[in-house]
Amino acid sequence: MTSTPHNPANTDILVVDDVVVRFETQEGPVIAVDHVSFGVRQGEFLSVIGPSGCGKSTLFNVIGGLIGHTSGVVSVGGETINSPHQSIGMVFREESTFPWRSVTDNVAFPLELIGMPKAQRIERARHFISLVGLDGFENRYPNELSGGMRQRVSLARTLASEPKILLMDEPFAALDEQTRLLLGDKVLQIQQQLKQTTLLITHNITEAVQMSDRILVMTYRPGKVKRIVDIDLPRPRTSEIVGSEAFGRYVAQIWADLREEASRGMRDEEEHALHHVSTT
Amino acid sequence: MTMTATTPTQRFRLSGALPALTGIGTLVAFFVLMEVFIRSGGLNRFIVPPPSEIIASFPRIIVEEQVLHRFVLTLTECLTAGVMLTVFGVSGGVLMHRFKLLQQACETWIAALASAPVVLCYPLFLVIFGRNAWTIIMMGFVSALPPVILKTLEGISGTRKVLVNVGRSFNLTPTQQFWKILFPAALPTIFVGIRLGLIFALINVVGVEFLINFGGLGQLINELAERYDLAGTYAAICFVVLVSVMFFMILEKAERWLTRAE
Repeated sequence: MTSTPHNPANTDILVVDDVVVRFETQEGPVIAVDHVSFGVRQGEFLSVIGPSGCGKSTLFNVIGGLIGHTSGVVSVGGETINSPHQSIGMVFREESTFPWRSVTDNVAFPLELIGMPKAQRIERARHFISLVGLDGFENRYPNELSGGMRQRVSLARTLASEPKILLMDEPFAALDEQTRLLLGDKVLQIQQQLKQTTLLITHNITEAVQMSDRILVMTYRPGKVKRIVDIDLPRPRTSEIVGSEAFGRYVAQIWADLREEASRGMRDEEEHALHHVSTT
Repeated sequence: MTMTATTPTQRFRLSGALPALTGIGTLVAFFVLMEVFIRSGGLNRFIVPPPSEIIASFPRIIVEEQVLHRFVLTLTECLTAGVMLTVFGVSGGVLMHRFKLLQQACETWIAALASAPVVLCYPLFLVIFGRNAWTIIMMGFVSALPPVILKTLEGISGTRKVLVNVGRSFNLTPTQQFWKILFPAALPTIFVGIRLGLIFALINVVGVEFLINFGGLGQLINELAERYDLAGTYAAICFVVLVSVMFFMILEKAERWLTRAE
């Protein structure tokens, strides 16, 4: 098991360089992301994992351009990002399909924005619907689908915009374990088929090891890069790999790193709660 | 494994005929009970006439009182007020969402206006618009405006943040963000506001027709009540109910079309 250096290389398609995010709160400034640097290579699947409160979602929002950062640089293909960028497609943790649109119309949404003719965009949308395995559901509405199917619609919608980088924030967090594993298979299959550069934010070790080429482990607050672990498991992968010995070793190694951070987070939250009780 | 086919009874239930028939049956049973109750002296027939007398009075008020003309008049007044309150109410809610100062300055008093008895201002409206249909329409419109504004504001402000973020991630312009995400997301809540508004509008339109003795069904109810033609009065009230039913049928169709169509 090897670790790679944190510093991004010139060949990386996505570069996060020395990024700091500081929030002003009533209790004083809070550093959510502290001098984080890493790069994502073309076609790579990189996961960012860390305990609750380590700034993973803040990092997701910064890379997606939804919130600003205090210092540092985020760039795609050499172009600095300060606001949402067309090269980055985002899949959110919360259910984000448009309930007033059918599956086809949801997936065709980004194509509609670029003014693609209706017949052509419906054809393209059907291609991505098929890619996520939702054939036969084209005319259904989100309220007629399960949670996992709705997340697949969100994924297809983002893929339809053909982003250079697919950025996902715990997209399967609300799903049960079996659905999560099977959807992991589907994402892997799509990623390998499209050679899609993917950055996954997650707190699920199994999910991260199952899908990633590398895993970036973050520390508890302030969120720093603790380590980047290369996952040297054969591809193509499926969820069957979960039972292998090598898989288990990676999970154990990452848990050893995370456990220390998660314990620190838990202690910090308990102290915070005690302080809150004593002052009220 | 065995598969059971749907029986004719189940198909009848599924077709939606059963609920409709149950509804009509309940109504008929209510009228029969009222008829028996009133005829047996349980209720004074000079206060509430038996349903059979009300039904018998329909041809008379249709022919002699020009009820169809009055029905169309009241329906037109309600529809005009309804269109106006939809246009101005939704626009008002959108403006209040867009300009926070406007929202902070006006939200409280618009909420207060929603529960105020605006109908008492009818003399003022008579002075401004004269004794004509516009007084009635404007009374319906003004009294129904607050719920439409407030519900539009609530609907747009309550749009789930993740949907707004999806729009942002696709680099939508503010106009696209409004028309493609905020407005469709708010539509179900906006329709709740319009429904409430239409109820207020209908009550006020018929109420003001009654008060100023002008126009459609409200005036007819006033005249029939003064003549102590109770069966006719209740028959005219049935037409007011019919206006309400037609109103909400149109609204329901519009809601289905808007929330399902792309």
